[in-house]
Amino acid sequence: MKKLTRTLKSFLLVELASGLWLTLKYMFKKKVTLNYPFEKGPLSPRFRGEHALRRYENGEERCIACKLCEAACPAQAITIEAEAREDGSRRTTRYDIDMTKCIYCGYCQEACPVDAIVQGPNFEFTVETREELFYDKDKLLSNGDRWEAEIQRNLEQDAKYR
Amino acid sequence: MPDTQIKNITINFGPQHPAAHGVLRLVLEMDGEIVERADPHIGFLHRGTEKLIEHKSYLQALPYFDRLDYVAPMSQEHAFALAVEKLLGIEAPIRGQYIRVLFAEISRILNHLLNITTFAIDVGAMTPLLWAFEEREKLMEFYERVSGARLHAAYIRPGGVHQDLPDGLVEDIYAFMEQFPKVLGDIETLLNENRIFKQRTVDIGIVTAEDALDWGFTGPMLRASGVPWDLRKAQPYDVYAQMDFDIPIGKTNDCYARYLVRVEEMRQSLRIMKQALDQMPKGPVKVDNRKISEPPRAEMKQSMEALIHHFKLYTEGYHVPKGEIYTAVEAPKGEFGVYLISDDSNKPYRCKIRAPSYFALQASEFMGKGHMLADMVAIVGAMDIVFGEIDR
Repeated sequence: MKKLTRTLKSFLLVELASGLWLTLKYMFKKKVTLNYPFEKGPLSPRFRGEHALRRYENGEERCIACKLCEAACPAQAITIEAEAREDGSRRTTRYDIDMTKCIYCGYCQEACPVDAIVQGPNFEFTVETREELFYDKDKLLSNGDRWEAEIQRNLEQDAKYR
Repeated sequence: MPDTQIKNITINFGPQHPAAHGVLRLVLEMDGEIVERADPHIGFLHRGTEKLIEHKSYLQALPYFDRLDYVAPMSQEHAFALAVEKLLGIEAPIRGQYIRVLFAEISRILNHLLNITTFAIDVGAMTPLLWAFEEREKLMEFYERVSGARLHAAYIRPGGVHQDLPDGLVEDIYAFMEQFPKVLGDIETLLNENRIFKQRTVDIGIVTAEDALDWGFTGPMLRASGVPWDLRKAQPYDVYAQMDFDIPIGKTNDCYARYLVRVEEMRQSLRIMKQALDQMPKGPVKVDNRKISEPPRAEMKQSMEALIHHFKLYTEGYHVPKGEIYTAVEAPKGEFGVYLISDDSNKPYRCKIRAPSYFALQASEFMGKGHMLADMVAIVGAMDIVFGEIDR
């Protein structure tokens, strides 16, 4: 009897038919794909995207050139040079991140004692040449100015876990 | 008529072949359609991880482990974190251990979903992959919410985990666990009894239990040969000892058994995840030792001592007492081991990595011999190889 049902099942393509029926049902389900440039998936406050250098509300840059990010970086992607400004405060004269070396581990933002270098929510920074990925201080500060609202919101939301 | 000499033809399978699962170059000596000799060439993805780690502090070495088996990153971190903890003589707090177990099992599901469905693609079934990637997307979102990155998490660290679970994540994981068995069932409906899938996998690449042990197989490859060996049971680490789960084993020793074992392992992973979430206590997630884990940010901004600790940890790191240790975890692919030698400095003196899929790959000649060329694809697919960890 068992053999008979098996032969019958095999002959009637039962398992293929049930598979096809299942895929047919999926056809009428709601689509889960996103129309990417116009729709995007959710990002958490912890997301580690493109780097940015932040400023205080009065426009003063936060970075104090302690070079902790440079030391913490496993890929050695960060290069900092610093000297005293005219007013005597210690600031960076050079803050470069080689985005081609960066592995987006987030250690720089963890290490930063003044929340100056952060990895913001932007992940769409593809460029057409390699040179454009050697970020300098101006580029990082302008990233900070552009994304400040989102960065601040993310830091606030994540503050209690840090 | 003079005798004609027929010479076997040698073909290159890969390194650009989509069924080679990365950058495997398999030199096959063919007698017609039959594989006479299979010679895997590796090294296309060699990055010198082990050597690089010798020049990084213990914290800086951690992200390298994400990049070994990039299909299940947190399992590798887990092995490294456990090894360093043993050398330091510390233990992660209990909540940290539960979070680790939870995410190790999420990694297992991530890995098996990718493997069984790409395996199905290799033998001709497209649809399961599309369904599985929807589920993987959800799991990678959990990764992203907890660590900030979808793949390279750098989350499980020596001394615990980096941050606590954010609010709402636990509920969402529960919701995922509610609907996931149904998707798994659907994938099984398509594959389990399907005659095309069975014709391509049943009795292909048979490895007896004895051979599997001789070749150093671990994980689903070994269990599919009927050996109930699982490090989570054999030498439980973290809180696996408290978890109630079964070890699925295969009966037929072939590629089909490997597929079935992986599917059942995902069900068992769900069981473990549920227990981990149910039992998870409140409390700290990393050791309260300022010499090893960084102080909370609020404290760092207030207290001079905490600031000094913070600076010390992110520049010099911690010194690990002289010693050597081999620590292994049951990664989704098998026994992933880290052998560390420390020399009282802030960097490992040596770090040797035992990659489970390396041992599966070395048996490809023995498994493939006598099979057809198309069966080689099924054999390689069921091995679950990832070149990030084989080439290191």
